Amino acid sequence: MNYVMAFLFSGFICFLAQMIYDNSKLTPGHITSLFVVIGSFLDLFHIYDKLIEIFHAGALVPITSFGHSLMHGAMEATEKYGIFGIASGMFDLTAAGITAAILFGFLVAIIFKPKS
Amino acid sequence: MDRKEYDRLAEELKPGGHRVKNGLNAFLYGGVIGAIAQGLLEFFMNAYHCSEKDAIPMMTITLVFVACLLTGLGLYDNIAKHAGAGTFIPITGFANSMTSSALDSKSEGLIMGIGSNMFKLGGTVITYGIVSASLLGVIRYVFTLFG
Repeated sequence: MNYVMAFLFSGFICFLAQMIYDNSKLTPGHITSLFVVIGSFLDLFHIYDKLIEIFHAGALVPITSFGHSLMHGAMEATEKYGIFGIASGMFDLTAAGITAAILFGFLVAIIFKPKS
Repeated sequence: MDRKEYDRLAEELKPGGHRVKNGLNAFLYGGVIGAIAQGLLEFFMNAYHCSEKDAIPMMTITLVFVACLLTGLGLYDNIAKHAGAGTFIPITGFANSMTSSALDSKSEGLIMGIGSNMFKLGGTVITYGIVSASLLGVIRYVFTLFG
């Protein structure tokens, strides 16, 4: 059941993005930026946490979850460090993804040749 | 051929005519990536006997690794041609944008090429993510102080 839910939600977000892409002049860069902002906004009322409870990986994989994780980490840290927590906790939950992307991206760029 | 007929023909031949197919493809590819992520999540939860929250970074790292590797092999772009938003919306699209920017600017050298161009496409996501999360975070923090 979790697989079906993950499939449906992840697919739905991608479908929405594709609709925006095909019906506007926005580039993938615009759309991913927009979705990240939406994701962090949805953390405001703990809506995204509910989505993760229901759809599991389906809500964790789209880029919207990146915005949610940034916001979530920042808010968790404010409980301990006050207003400074927003900056110090910002990457608490997204550190793994960004570190992995930089590291593996660098290694791939060193090892492989660019395809024209 | 008069102006009206030309406009009609142009409308038919526009790539936008495949909107339904594009939407369906994005749904299918994006959905499959979501289901694979669910599989990884459950695998790591069983393998390390941990909660879903602790398994999320492991799942993300694995997906990012696979996406970077596929980009290096030139396979990710082939999939992306069909998948559209199905491959640029998941976290794998972020990994792909970082890797392809780095790879494409390899010829400019290690520092001015790979080092400074890696975030050329993917950086926008981080910039706007941090700006929006900071602004909303400050608003919410102020509310918790008085609320």
